[in-house]
Amino acid sequence: MSEIEFLNWVRGPAFEIAMTIFIAGIIIRFLEIFLLGRKTNLAEAKGSEMTGGLHTIVSRSIPDSNTFKRSTFKIVSGYIFHLGLLITIFFFAPHILLFKDIFGFGWPSLPTPVVDAFAVVSIITLIAVLIHRLQDRVLKFLSSTEDYLVWLLTILPLITGYIAFHRIGMTAPSLLAIHILSVELLLIAFPFSKLMHAFTLVLARWYNGAISGYRGVQS
Amino acid sequence: MTDFSNGKDKSLAEVLRSQGISRRSFLKFCAATASMMAMSPAMIPKIAQALESARRPSVIWLSFQECTGCTESLTRAHTATIESLIFDSISLDYHHTLQAASGEAAEEAREEAMNENWGKYLLVVDGSIPTKDMGYSTIAGMSNLDMFLQTAAGAAAIISVGTCAAFGGIPHAHPNPTGAYSVYDIIKMYGNTDVDGVSSASIDNNSGGSVKDKPIITVPGCPPIPVVITGVLTHYLTFGTIPELDHLGRPKAFYGQSIHDRCYRRPFYDKGLFAETFDDEGAKKGWCLYKLGCKGPTTYNACATTKWNNGTSFPIESGHPCLGCSEPHFWDGGGFYKALSIPTIDIPTTAVYAAAGAAAAGVALGAMNKSKKSNAAKEHTKTTIDDLEKE
Repeated sequence: MSEIEFLNWVRGPAFEIAMTIFIAGIIIRFLEIFLLGRKTNLAEAKGSEMTGGLHTIVSRSIPDSNTFKRSTFKIVSGYIFHLGLLITIFFFAPHILLFKDIFGFGWPSLPTPVVDAFAVVSIITLIAVLIHRLQDRVLKFLSSTEDYLVWLLTILPLITGYIAFHRIGMTAPSLLAIHILSVELLLIAFPFSKLMHAFTLVLARWYNGAISGYRGVQS
Repeated sequence: MTDFSNGKDKSLAEVLRSQGISRRSFLKFCAATASMMAMSPAMIPKIAQALESARRPSVIWLSFQECTGCTESLTRAHTATIESLIFDSISLDYHHTLQAASGEAAEEAREEAMNENWGKYLLVVDGSIPTKDMGYSTIAGMSNLDMFLQTAAGAAAIISVGTCAAFGGIPHAHPNPTGAYSVYDIIKMYGNTDVDGVSSASIDNNSGGSVKDKPIITVPGCPPIPVVITGVLTHYLTFGTIPELDHLGRPKAFYGQSIHDRCYRRPFYDKGLFAETFDDEGAKKGWCLYKLGCKGPTTYNACATTKWNNGTSFPIESGHPCLGCSEPHFWDGGGFYKALSIPTIDIPTTAVYAAAGAAAAGVALGAMNKSKKSNAAKEHTKTTIDDLEKE
């Protein structure tokens, strides 16, 4: 298979497979969660589940001072690489073209050097996060193979994308093909791993808030 | 065009002088060729000397499943440039389109050239070779495959001109109805075929050798840049060898860098300034054509440096994205106006099918989980103090 054939394959059939698994996987996971249902709460409602739930979705984004003091590195690094990922994925012009192709609409892109800088910061932060995970004895003990796999699947598209943009090493079609392939691996693993938190965090936060809201206490 | 039939024994220098090319212009050409092929300036006198004394190499040009665009590109220069004269000064013994002879006489010319220069002639091929049905493309009743294998057996080297000969090109594009393949693929598939076995009775001194070890130079492009051909010929005449090639058999001097790397619009790509349509402000300002489907980032060719039409411009300079015509499978890359970051398939349709399938599977799984839950609750037996005390 020549490199252009490889590129055509990752842009065609491979993308179709990855996208099918990604979309189907997420829908199945959500349906499983929703259809399992919750036990009817027989207690009288003293407040609104919805208000409490919505409040928590937003409020949990800001760590309370004690948690922040205790886990400063985790929180700061977490914010940095998530923000970096958000900007790299959603504000790089070629990526927006992909979303426009899927959703039918696009949005303005950020200047390429800005996206490039965020990608570098994200890569460095993700490496720091891994070092921290390996050095913190408790965190290391709690880490499973899946945690390392998810880390790898997240950093790979960033690294391959950076190399593909700067055209280092291999020929351009191979670099681009490897980058797209790394994203496809991420898409395939997404619904069946901890990466699913990108969607389920909304449900989880809402549920936490809704419990308090129902009881009429502060969420 | 010069007359191919006369002056076979003249040296290149004599041919050029008879065409009124001054020595100064000739040396300028040598200097330009040396610089284009990334050779040291010390090589210029050597190139000049070699070209001046070179006997005209015999060249057999075979055209198979092609559109004659390659020949048009190489011969239709607006003025008689030295490049075209160098090209003219080879002893082009056989070329369907250009030769005066036809029918039996034409085939005789090919066989005569092969007999006279066995093992020394250059074989230029344009067009892909069909393998599905030998009747799809024949010349003088001989299939393309037979003619190619027979002629290749006595060639010193093979030059695949144009994307069809180099990579299969348009005839090879999906669904490839004629089973067309590139010269390289044909040699890989049929290289061990005994040439005697492919109707080569008329070749007297046929050694019956295989063609699999012949050096192949690929000069892709739809059409390829004329100067690449003269560059390769100059290299062959000067050193008697073929130039340094990349992994796809392309001369590195011309195909070493991508269009994107040498594009004058590259700074706009780096800044993220793109033309969104062919007539917007960005297009007028000459911004990057990536969003309009430019394949420059994945295409290796010399268009951005050597340019076309006597150095006038190249497609991107004229406001059109690069099609990637010199890369393998450029016809199956999902559309010329689809950006490289967009999948070649229809994602929304895929998404709808995936979602519909998943919804059904999800509901089924949900129902299973629910019944599992209620069964578990039904079968649940309370733990007694006795259970806990059991050891």
